[in-house]
Amino acid sequence: MKLTEFVVPQAIIPNLKIDNKETAIRKMVESLAAAGSIKSADTEGIIAAILKREDLGSTGIGRGVAVPHTKHASADRLIATIALAKDGVDFASLDGEDVFILFLLVSPPDRPGDHLRALENISRHLRNDTFCNFLKQATTTEQILDLLGEADNNQLS
Amino acid sequence: MSTHPVITREVTVNLEAGLHMRPISQIKQVAQKYDCQVNIRKDGRAVSSQNMMEMLTLVAVQGTRLWLEASGPQAEVALDELVQLFETDFGAELEAEAG
Repeated sequence: MKLTEFVVPQAIIPNLKIDNKETAIRKMVESLAAAGSIKSADTEGIIAAILKREDLGSTGIGRGVAVPHTKHASADRLIATIALAKDGVDFASLDGEDVFILFLLVSPPDRPGDHLRALENISRHLRNDTFCNFLKQATTTEQILDLLGEADNNQLS
Repeated sequence: MSTHPVITREVTVNLEAGLHMRPISQIKQVAQKYDCQVNIRKDGRAVSSQNMMEMLTLVAVQGTRLWLEASGPQAEVALDELVQLFETDFGAELEAEAG
């Protein structure tokens, strides 16, 4: 599974300007709907499901990264979007640090293996300092897509 | 040099959704309560229980066998609680939703 196989290019938000976790999640889900990856009618339900999941424990996984997610029947395959919050957002991460990189995942209800593999893929690349630092510095969708492609092809040292 | 031996326990992931983010954060929270270092090994690779990103790279789907390795003054009690987490499927409510 490659990043470019499940990240929806049209839904990437290179400069997310928000001041709280809920707004960040809302903007990202709305972006997936605007890209046509989920049904507009499901937007509120997906936002509510992701927020409910966050209530059970933050998806801030350290290094300034959060991976909010949910299962939802609206997705017929695993899809994701990326947002970069240059000013940082308080995600109640376990390490107490603000979040700058957000990967939001929506998976079909019956594909738990895909969900784990997507989390593995995102985590494997984000523990690479080069990828993490370049991603934080990216300012356009094109730069983010280039980075994802390079990561997929193991071109980052 | 540490005088504490490494204690190892084998566990199996029974969760239908595999070892996803919520059980992984539970592992981290339990392990950090105790004065010891806990690693999780799958096949030949061990990762720290204090690094969620590393734990997520294990891809421990349902049925995966893992080895919990701990060393330190409280290694025994830490592993007791961690093994119990696995044996109780991290609380029954985890089965209801992936996370």
